[in-house]
Amino acid sequence: MPKKAKSEKLIRRGVRTDGRKIHDLRNIKIEVGPLERADGSAYIEWGNNKILAAVYGPREVHPRHLARPDRAFFRCRYHMAPFSTTERKRPAPSRRERELSKVTRVALEPSILTKLYPRAGIDVFIEILQSDGGTRCAGITAASIALVDAGIPMKDLVAACAAGKIDGKIVLDLNEVEDQEGDADVPVAIMPRTGGISLLQMDGILSQTEFKEALELALEGCKQVYELQKEALTKAYVQEEAPVKDEEKSEGEEQNE
Amino acid sequence: MSYLIEKRTFVIPGDLLAEGDYHAGSNAFKEGSTVYASMVGLSNSVGRNVYVVALKGCYVPRGGDVVIGKVVEMRLGSWNVDINSPYNAILFTSEALDRPFNSRREEMTSILDIGDLILAKVISFDRTRGPALTIRESGLGKIVHGSIIRMTPSKIPRLIGRKGSMINLLTRETGCHITVGQNGLILISGKNPELEALTIKILNIIEEKAHTSGLTNRITDFIKKEKSVLNAEKSKE
Amino acid sequence: MSDSYKIVAKITKKQIADNLLKNTRIDGRGLLDYREITTEIGLLEKASGSALVSIGKTKVLAGVKVEMGEPYPDKPDAGVLTVNVELTPLASPSFEPGPPSEDAIELARVVDRGIRESKAVDLNKLCIVPGKKVFVVFVDLNVLNHSGNLFDTSALASILALMNAKTREYTVSKGGQLKYKKSTTHLPIQNFPVEVTVAKIGEKMVVDVSLEEEAVIDAQLTIAVGKDNEICAIQKSLIGTFSQDEVHQALQIATDKAKEIREKVLRGVEGWLEGKE
Repeated sequence: MPKKAKSEKLIRRGVRTDGRKIHDLRNIKIEVGPLERADGSAYIEWGNNKILAAVYGPREVHPRHLARPDRAFFRCRYHMAPFSTTERKRPAPSRRERELSKVTRVALEPSILTKLYPRAGIDVFIEILQSDGGTRCAGITAASIALVDAGIPMKDLVAACAAGKIDGKIVLDLNEVEDQEGDADVPVAIMPRTGGISLLQMDGILSQTEFKEALELALEGCKQVYELQKEALTKAYVQEEAPVKDEEKSEGEEQNE
Repeated sequence: MSYLIEKRTFVIPGDLLAEGDYHAGSNAFKEGSTVYASMVGLSNSVGRNVYVVALKGCYVPRGGDVVIGKVVEMRLGSWNVDINSPYNAILFTSEALDRPFNSRREEMTSILDIGDLILAKVISFDRTRGPALTIRESGLGKIVHGSIIRMTPSKIPRLIGRKGSMINLLTRETGCHITVGQNGLILISGKNPELEALTIKILNIIEEKAHTSGLTNRITDFIKKEKSVLNAEKSKE
Repeated sequence: MSDSYKIVAKITKKQIADNLLKNTRIDGRGLLDYREITTEIGLLEKASGSALVSIGKTKVLAGVKVEMGEPYPDKPDAGVLTVNVELTPLASPSFEPGPPSEDAIELARVVDRGIRESKAVDLNKLCIVPGKKVFVVFVDLNVLNHSGNLFDTSALASILALMNAKTREYTVSKGGQLKYKKSTTHLPIQNFPVEVTVAKIGEKMVVDVSLEEEAVIDAQLTIAVGKDNEICAIQKSLIGTFSQDEVHQALQIATDKAKEIREKVLRGVEGWLEGKE
């Protein structure tokens, strides 16, 4: 865990507290389907962040009155484990967690073809096992993979990444120390195919130019994250065996719609 | 401009499948003149129809499907049946009996109780109301013995194989009776537990390797090996 | 619908029961065999101690946090230990978000009692300034995948996380001011309780019941056994009953199994149980 006193600089000779350059992403590792009971799941390690995401559904909605006649009812819960933070966090959801649950839902929902499952419900549960800054972006990234793993029909993946300002410079992917002591944080999520931004928040102070620069950098980060998502999915589903050969091609498949 | 993805390419949601005069088949959608994948799976096309053979996904009922369901709730004149789909199915007493149900003289539980498994056929389903079932056909009804195995519903076609080739192979080689529910539940009943266990092993292989090549050969070899082990054990006794 | 997951098909129930009566189980285990136990220790950096335990497909993550706090008025010179369980909705289709359910509270309390009553942590050594400042040890359990036997899995994760936990060493000045040193030290662990849940079906006793088996058992006893084979806590759950003989039988099973698990899983972790305590 990078620790520093307040007076120290966050960037020295272009190197950050954890050894990264200003435009570097932390190391990201994504695992598809670690949970057996869930319909779909994903585990992500993003720097020191450790996060699980699980998807249940489409399934019947409870309580029933929440069901929508024209589309699936989509719910998200972002939750931090009590041991995920430096000071123990009380287990009950805080106002912050409830807000993040909502922005996560809004970031993911546009990618989902909810109209295909009217009256049904889809639940996303994100559990932060260890936090080190940027958990919402990591959570959204993992949840999108869990949705794919659950076989939920989607228009696109959702990839997320933040940029921010520390020591007067615009940098990619703030860790916890940088988030706490930096000047601004801009978390962003996109649907990579269309480039549609489904999450955009900011806190801190940035000039117009700085904001544009931060957004540009965060989008660049999202694209890198998307590549890692694709890689993880391919690794999980495409086994070492060669794909089915021609003679077997039509075996057991639908012939027509 | 026209483009069509090569068959059997691994795709994820949002991947380009085709451009131009193509239709979006299952697990695909169209925006303008472009067709994209909506699920993780392998691309395929027949004529102008482009679709994805999904590797994951839930069961969506279709009229005529034979499914295995679990009775989970009882109402006046109907049962609610969990058929491993986003929607619970409904079975009316009129679709369970050949005669009218007399609610004063008999209990619904004497026909079907909570926890009972049934083999049933989907009569109709349009996503606006729950699917309706019937068990008033020969071969359908309450399941009283056998083992139940779960598979990913999208892999069921692979279990059946081309013109039933895979399922016939299994039945022939193991002697087990295998009833396939389109909803991913499979009922196995055999003459002895060893053969049932062997069948379950094979189904697990199909589940795991559904999208790889040479599956039929792999299964044939596996059965040969396992059976020789079984026979050796038997001759020892 | 959440309730439908709790209903186990009747023929499956019958199959499980028939098997148990023949001294076998649907997954091929013997009646007194555990599923495979795997552990990963110290996997979280922010927690003082952590452990991920899987028994079969059941997965529980325990995190220990040690913080400064006030002692209870009736025990002014003892540290404080609390165990909390979260049945995360990730773990099962029947777990829902919200305040802890009855099941979660029972689970937490049973695990808590095993640790507390066995005096696994020497709380007297956690007192800093009597009546004013003590260390508070939080054990938070996160159930990640529920495939049966949450009691044993959670208890094992708790003790492992405690064994893994480290705190900063400190000195106290005359004025009661605390000064941390750079070095760290393990928590004062002095006992190594293992909880074993023995379930009864008909006349048979089984351990480590899977989720499906849970639906057919009549009653169960969770027994926490300390390092000298002492019994530290017992909890009977479910509505069935045990005869006195059966309780004795269950105790024997639990004692044997606890010993086996302590040897296999706990011994040697962080150097514990090797003459260090």
